[in-house]
Amino acid sequence: MIIGLGHYLSVGAILFTLGIFGIFLNRKNIIIILMSIELILLAVNINLVAFSAFLGDIVGQVYALIVLTVAAAEAAIGLAILVAYYRNRGSIAVEDVNLMKG
Amino acid sequence: MILQAIFFYLFAGICVASAIMVIAARNPVHSVLFLILAFVNAAGLFVLIGAEFLAMILIVVYVGAVAVLFLFVVMMLDVDFAELRQGLLNYLPAGVVVGGIVLAELVFVVVAKVIQPGVAKAITAPIPPASTVSNTEALGLVLYTRYVYYFEAAGIILLVAMIGAIVLTLYHKPNVRRQVIADQVARRRATAVEVVKVKSGQGLS
Repeated sequence: MIIGLGHYLSVGAILFTLGIFGIFLNRKNIIIILMSIELILLAVNINLVAFSAFLGDIVGQVYALIVLTVAAAEAAIGLAILVAYYRNRGSIAVEDVNLMKG
Repeated sequence: MILQAIFFYLFAGICVASAIMVIAARNPVHSVLFLILAFVNAAGLFVLIGAEFLAMILIVVYVGAVAVLFLFVVMMLDVDFAELRQGLLNYLPAGVVVGGIVLAELVFVVVAKVIQPGVAKAITAPIPPASTVSNTEALGLVLYTRYVYYFEAAGIILLVAMIGAIVLTLYHKPNVRRQVIADQVARRRATAVEVVKVKSGQGLS
């Protein structure tokens, strides 16, 4: 029972799909959408680290570190925008976000 | 080797199951807690594959900071989450179609992937054997030399995110008098003090 690259890539693929599915499933709840984005970035990280380990190249882990940084920054900014929006409108329903009528 | 397989399936199974619960849970607080579980198990996968430093960073950054941030926001906002779940199944067909297409494509990639023989020669920074250099040290040896500009760019991104989050959420109540340091410093004797000669016995009219 050898655990190979394909196993890790499969986990990454399943997590990525679940993240995309979560965005569609919870169209109204922006908090769950942000969490789905975190899942997608986690799947990307698993792929990067798996390739890094199985090809013997540590640059993949450096890249995963950068992705982690961007994911943390994105979560902080997204939640800050969410709090500011809630103060203005008193709701976080995504469908009400039409101030700019875009 | 069998132990490795057992732990891989344990971590991967719990990770996928908790990811399903993240998007399916009724209560957003439960979603956040399942997100924490998913990240902890992903950290287990990283340890299994030999990336200990990233595993610890995942625990520290995600479980320690991002997940707590999510929990704070979920608990701070007074939102009727049951109402947000109305019409949940309206988007199920579109989600199934898009998710299925993405999954099929990823499965094709995973099944059909071929690692070219020349890849081994094109490796930028090979992982040193774990007996001589630990994973953390190996990562640091590359990150602070060859990729130092990327490292600094990551730091700038975090700084911008921090300042941005503060600016977005800072809120001054109106009708509250605040200390303005600049006004205090800018005061001069001429504008602040007036000397009046008062004749004795008469007072000021």
